[in-house]
Amino acid sequence: MDKLNYKSYRIEAENICVDYHGKVALYDANLRLKAGQICGLVGMNGAGKTTFFNALTGFVNISKGKIRINGESLKIAQQDQAIAYVPQSEGIDCQFPVSVWDVVMMGRYGSMNILRSPRESDIQAVKDAIDRVDLMELSSIPIGNLSGGQRKRTFLARAIAQRASILLLDEPFAGVDIRTEKLISELFIQFKNEGKTILLSTHDMIHVREFCDLVLLINKTVVAYGETSEVFTPENITSTFGGMSPDVSFGPES
Amino acid sequence: MNLCFLSTNITSFVTDPLSHEFMRKALLMSSLVAAVCGFLSSYLTLKGWALMGDAVSHSVMPGVVVAYALGLPFSLGAFIFGVGSVALIGFVKQKSRVKEDTVIGLVFTGFFALGIVLVSKIKSNIDLHSILFGSPLGISLSDVKQTVFISLLVVMLLSVFRKDLILYCFDPRHAKTVGINVLFLHYLLLTCLSLAAVVGLQTVGIVLVVAMLITPGATAYLLTDRFDNMTIIAVISAIISSVFGIYLSFWFDLETGGSIVLVQTFIFLFAFLFAPRYGIFKFKKLFSNY
Repeated sequence: MDKLNYKSYRIEAENICVDYHGKVALYDANLRLKAGQICGLVGMNGAGKTTFFNALTGFVNISKGKIRINGESLKIAQQDQAIAYVPQSEGIDCQFPVSVWDVVMMGRYGSMNILRSPRESDIQAVKDAIDRVDLMELSSIPIGNLSGGQRKRTFLARAIAQRASILLLDEPFAGVDIRTEKLISELFIQFKNEGKTILLSTHDMIHVREFCDLVLLINKTVVAYGETSEVFTPENITSTFGGMSPDVSFGPES
Repeated sequence: MNLCFLSTNITSFVTDPLSHEFMRKALLMSSLVAAVCGFLSSYLTLKGWALMGDAVSHSVMPGVVVAYALGLPFSLGAFIFGVGSVALIGFVKQKSRVKEDTVIGLVFTGFFALGIVLVSKIKSNIDLHSILFGSPLGISLSDVKQTVFISLLVVMLLSVFRKDLILYCFDPRHAKTVGINVLFLHYLLLTCLSLAAVVGLQTVGIVLVVAMLITPGATAYLLTDRFDNMTIIAVISAIISSVFGIYLSFWFDLETGGSIVLVQTFIFLFAFLFAPRYGIFKFKKLFSNY
């Protein structure tokens, strides 16, 4: 299933533009990511981070440009279960009457029959995924009764169950407890070793330095893109945040 | 002695109406309609489509009138106008800067007004009162056939696409990401809404049909954290409301549609106050220690 081809690109976004009712949300954005790379997506609120994710998942149509996933079109990538999206907590109705198990099972829907009746292999995949995020005891609990961190882990488990080669994570560290933060960090290293490609948005500059091989700084378009050590400079960050320094710390080393 | 008198009274309260053919039919058909609307209501309340339900149910009015005038099945006309109104809402919203809830209000009142004007202009045997307020006691045989057919169709659609629809209501972006046709699900739910509004308006009428489409779901939402249970509770509370409402209307000579919806509202109120976990008085705390 997961072809490890380090030569070809997992994600290729070329000059993509997105507009909502005539208002430009993102223009001329480029991104190329290979297997095993972790890329941080950094920008202000409203800089187009979520729009970028929406374009890569196919949730909004791009008005210009081209997106190739594993060398194929987005539609084929969707059918191949190539992309998994882990939403921000605010984007989800937390009171929806579904359990942890139900949510993680939704990761398998794309590869099930029309009635979405789980096979033995689907059940096993869900069990494994829930186990990896350490939620087995809570698997029958409604998501409304979970903490923010547990909910985040539930959606991470859904992405694991989907067995996607590309993970898109919108603010994976926002509002989570220390235990969840540690668990997510460990999972990222495992994902990287498994050859998965990860694109994550974050406000936290320390996380970028810690995990991200690459960083993509955006403000409606790409401000800077490249190796974290080269691109993630105070000057670039300042220009990304429109001349204002971000309200988060750079970590001890800067 | 007294007790015996009471029990005879209750028995006759229940059985007397059943001796009438029209009452048996009304009870049966209303229960069917309530079950279908209740089934759908668990999706609509979670999707947040209450206003949409109101819009669609009002917009079917001109469709019903035109279909009657042309001798077509009224469900066909209602369906076309129901789906058409939603398409129009989407179009106006996209092409103008007016906010969505304003557009919804604007479009459905426009359609509704057109329906009322058409009734006054087209000379036919349409009874405005029965369209607006329902007439479960006067359902004709052809209405019965249509209602049964539409009800089965809606239940079948909702059952086959149950998991996809839950996912669509919960997280449409994930649905899209794993290659599920979200647009299809959107129109599927809309189609079911239009069809349910069509059968619902026979029992409680256009004005109140939205209650059939949201109240049972809202009640059930207060009582459970499981979608399956929510659907079951919604269906049961809808059927109970229908039966009880019809009995009340029979014995106290009340408007039937209004009685049914009032009973639904009272059941909601009861859940709102006394639901174990989500009610105002959280009784669970009294009974258990977690």
